[in-house]
Amino acid sequence: MSGASGSEIAMSGARSLFADGFWRNNAAFVQLLGLCPLLAITTTLVNGLALGIATTLVLIATNSVVSLVRGALVPSVRILIFVLIIASLVTTVDMLTNAFFHDLYRVLGLFIPLIITNCAILAQAESMASRHRIDRAALSGLATGLGFAAALVLLGGLREIVGSGTLFSGMQFLFGEAARDMYVDLPNDGMLAAILPPGAFFGLAALIALRNFLTTGETAVPVRRSETEAPT
Amino acid sequence: MADSERQGLRAILAVAVIAVCAAGLISVSHEISAERIERNVAERQMRSLHEVLDPSLYDNDLVGTQVWAINPDLLGTTEPVQVFLATRDGEPAAAIFAAVAPRGYNGAINLLVGVDAAGVIQGVRVTDHRETPGLGDQIEIAISDWVTGFDGTSLSNPPLPQWAVAADDGRFDAFTGATVTPRAVVQAVRDTLVYFGEHQSELFERAAAAEDVGTDPESTGANPP
Repeated sequence: MSGASGSEIAMSGARSLFADGFWRNNAAFVQLLGLCPLLAITTTLVNGLALGIATTLVLIATNSVVSLVRGALVPSVRILIFVLIIASLVTTVDMLTNAFFHDLYRVLGLFIPLIITNCAILAQAESMASRHRIDRAALSGLATGLGFAAALVLLGGLREIVGSGTLFSGMQFLFGEAARDMYVDLPNDGMLAAILPPGAFFGLAALIALRNFLTTGETAVPVRRSETEAPT
Repeated sequence: MADSERQGLRAILAVAVIAVCAAGLISVSHEISAERIERNVAERQMRSLHEVLDPSLYDNDLVGTQVWAINPDLLGTTEPVQVFLATRDGEPAAAIFAAVAPRGYNGAINLLVGVDAAGVIQGVRVTDHRETPGLGDQIEIAISDWVTGFDGTSLSNPPLPQWAVAADDGRFDAFTGATVTPRAVVQAVRDTLVYFGEHQSELFERAAAAEDVGTDPESTGANPP
């Protein structure tokens, strides 16, 4: 790519960074991080979407803050500092949603504290945000968050279709009463196993298998792409 | 030695600074949000009370007229149960019990039961439960209207033996695959009616006494012991 201008390189760098967080190193399907909230709440598509949105916002915020203070990090206590930052930001998000978006909080309320248990956020702080400028850290947070949200929505939708025979039930909790009609009743009866915890593992396994099938032939990607790697 | 000491000091300093910032951030957002959260919770409580009791049926300060009732056999918990008492023109109009159905499939189910002075159910809502998603959770009004089947019932309608789910020869529907959950709720609503029938005048007398004494509810026995 000898003729590529600087901005093109930066652009493809950003695109590669995004693809990395969203697809190649998807937190849920490839790194298998954040499985605790992922398996626990994906009984419907809407639940998955709600936690996905909240997680994405928290990831962007924590990555930005960690990136800003990375100069002051001391290696021996960095994990402690990450946890402090993540926990205080999540607590703040929790209180502010409760105060200003109370109806949304009634849906998300249970899930917001669960975000603290998501290892994907700690992994992002450690491997991305503490080593990169704020714009790259925030973009990586966005990509990872969206990738995680996509996994939540897919698994939630799959379990809802198989387990309840519906789709989009509860949209009104997120988008107001007008969205209640988005509810689709499918012809199949619900198969309870899909809603119960074992269904979460089966569903996740099926989605990971599908992702692996789709990427057959792609060369293995190193888990951590270095900053200096040239876009090709 | 000096080097590692400096490292240690730096680590302590970094953690301290971040901890202070984190505490500051949390107290600022608490400062911003605490009052609104309190107001939201009060509004939500009022809304849920109005779901089980039509606001046109009473004219007193419902949230301000509370007593606590203890009866593990009929109210489902050894803890004091909150009872909101509604009056109209000074006469007893209705009561709302924060009752508990202790034998749900996954533990206790919390209910609000609104019952008027004649012992007729004005409304029942499930406020908190851990029943199986997709099965037992149909007791939630957001998921199915099953719980509205209690509206208008009383201890004589249906007759007491029929206060049970269909599987137990009762009049209330059960859900496919989940009998334990509706059975627990039906029993709890029935027991609340029995308790109200036995203690109605006592409850309203206690509330009136608490009001007469005036502004200090602590000293009146209106609060849990």
